[in-house]
Amino acid sequence: MTTTGASVLIEGLLRQGTKTIFGYPGGVVLPIYDVLYDSPLEHILVRHEQAAAHAADGYARASGKVGVCLATSGPGACNLVTGIATAYMDSIPLVALTGQVPTGLLGNDAFQESDIHGITMPVTKHNYLVKRAADLPQVIAEAFYIAATGRPGPVLIDLPKDVSTGELPDDVVFPEAVSLRGYQPTIRGHPRQIEKAVDLMVQAGRPLIYAGGGVILSGADAELTALAERLGAPVTTTLMGLGGIRGDHPLNLGMLGMHGTAYANYAVTECDLLIAVGARFDDRVTGRIETFAPHAQVVHIDIDPAEIGKNKPVDVPIVGDVKHVLGQILQRLPGGPKTERWLERVNGWRATHPLVVPENGLLHPQGVVRALSEMLRGEGVVVSEVGQNQMWAAQHFCFKKPRSWITSGGLGTMGYGLPAAMGACYARPGEQVFLIAGDGSLQMNIQEFGTIAHNRIPVRVVVLNNGFLGMVRQWQELFFERRYSYTELPAVDFVGIAKAYGIDGVLVDDPAEVRPALEAARDQDGPFVVDVRIEREENVFPMVPAGAAINEMIGERR
Amino acid sequence: MKRHTLSVLVENRAGVLSRVTGLFSRRGFNIESLAVGPSEMEGTSRITLVVCGDDREVEQVIKQLNKLIDVIKVSDLTEFERVERELALIKVAAEPGEPRAGVMQIATIFRAQVIDVGPKTVTLQVAGDPEKIDALEGLLRPSGIKELYRTGRIAVLRGQKTVRSEK
Repeated sequence: MTTTGASVLIEGLLRQGTKTIFGYPGGVVLPIYDVLYDSPLEHILVRHEQAAAHAADGYARASGKVGVCLATSGPGACNLVTGIATAYMDSIPLVALTGQVPTGLLGNDAFQESDIHGITMPVTKHNYLVKRAADLPQVIAEAFYIAATGRPGPVLIDLPKDVSTGELPDDVVFPEAVSLRGYQPTIRGHPRQIEKAVDLMVQAGRPLIYAGGGVILSGADAELTALAERLGAPVTTTLMGLGGIRGDHPLNLGMLGMHGTAYANYAVTECDLLIAVGARFDDRVTGRIETFAPHAQVVHIDIDPAEIGKNKPVDVPIVGDVKHVLGQILQRLPGGPKTERWLERVNGWRATHPLVVPENGLLHPQGVVRALSEMLRGEGVVVSEVGQNQMWAAQHFCFKKPRSWITSGGLGTMGYGLPAAMGACYARPGEQVFLIAGDGSLQMNIQEFGTIAHNRIPVRVVVLNNGFLGMVRQWQELFFERRYSYTELPAVDFVGIAKAYGIDGVLVDDPAEVRPALEAARDQDGPFVVDVRIEREENVFPMVPAGAAINEMIGERR
Repeated sequence: MKRHTLSVLVENRAGVLSRVTGLFSRRGFNIESLAVGPSEMEGTSRITLVVCGDDREVEQVIKQLNKLIDVIKVSDLTEFERVERELALIKVAAEPGEPRAGVMQIATIFRAQVIDVGPKTVTLQVAGDPEKIDALEGLLRPSGIKELYRTGRIAVLRGQKTVRSEK
């Protein structure tokens, strides 16, 4: 008896624990779709392949499992690229499957041929062009292993049509374990480095923990909080690290960097020991790198050795899995140094430089985010688009759990949020999934209202609608003399669009209506759109201008 | 800025060279010389790279190379005693008579082999460290170099030391 490559592929996905994939059919993936027709594997038909990649990414971020997307060759595969690059920048485990023209036509400029293997080399952790059906079991096992382990990331498998139709004996053996001699991530921190780090921590007078997405990826939230409490060290997180420590924890300073809190940025500038945990000193975090944490010795914990010392010289590098390394440190760390005076200073900044929510009776986005935060009380999942909406959400929502915040950080992909929220709904059934969107970003993948309506995916969309590409407009206001070059968007009736797709919604243009509208969204058993007409020229503050030191913020009392 | 010689042991798979060179162009590193060929271990190849950069840049290059799944091991040979060789094939204008005699004389001094003789040309093969080949090229240039082919540099550690230990 024989089976086909396509059957082995789907069998391989099921064996990896995949339950839901996001995709779009086309010519060369017909054999795969034929297997899907009566497979237990759930397939969600998106309206554009980019959304398939983002949905798989959102699924991965919400669940901690590998997300899977599927597209046909040529345009289908190319449309995945933005989504793959988004996942790559944020280290999200993804397996992207693409159809390809038959091996005999490769390189011939055949219909719908694109060299997706070559195209995605710079934006994948690894990728495969499968030439023989017999290689499939091994390739699938390797792809999931590479995507999920070490520093996670996307892996692409390109599948020529004759590989999908290729015959295999039906007793194909799927490998139980994968071992690759060129890929052996370091999990345990080196004991001598751990000791050095502990020594610095014991001696520090003004320690600060700077936690990034690595904390979320490795599930190290409990260890992070324990370290902060043991050390008496305040914690600031990156955009990707939100939820790594409770938002209302007394030691949590919120986000740092370009739109970080003033008190977090001051703490970075004044600390004498900076403990970077699963973070990568991105330019949006550091501002002018020479003036970032100028008085601090630096301990840097990361699973990727290439991140250590890449942007900022480090005193104690520790390569290893964040959860594991923090555990090692906690085992050795006797007790914390005396940090009361340091915490007093930090809390002084917190009191004198709080995040501002304008209260003048007008409809401000910060208030909308806070209302949502109060309503959800840290439960559920909040997804954002990219731009002002994202920054207001990051600043004003009180995240209480890891994987409760899903956003495109490194690549900053507008149009990410709506499909990612769909993926989050499949990863966390029964939980509230809210998308905080801007009117610009939402229109980049608004066709996914079709997917949402079709499958009754319970995404709650809150549009912070200001009729501008708000973040770009803000830069134009501040740095280009209010010359609003191509950033104004004509009014869009999002409720009307939603209704045309069969999704209910409500328009809000009065602050008093915000909370009732959010509750209406929450109480739906399906998708819902809240179109909030906010103050049009509201800015995100504080703000560190590009190239400035992070304690040189504008929109902030000095 | 310093010149580094890197020895990279890779899985002999389709696309591996493109992964390595793509990484260099993407991250703005310059390759001065590159040579690829099979190694003593079946299924693997060695890439010898000569790169120029300050210590931090070269450290980044090595770390990024190590991240490639198909890269088994990266060794920086720069600080070690080693032998570096490059091969050149040089076609020189050499009319019979005095011009040819001059070319042959230079070839002898450099222990270059004559691998082809035509009515108006002589083709020399020379192996050595890159400086030697540069010197030979310089001396032959007045005679008229018709074509010059140089392989990338390859390098091996002196003595018992090898670069095959596991990553």
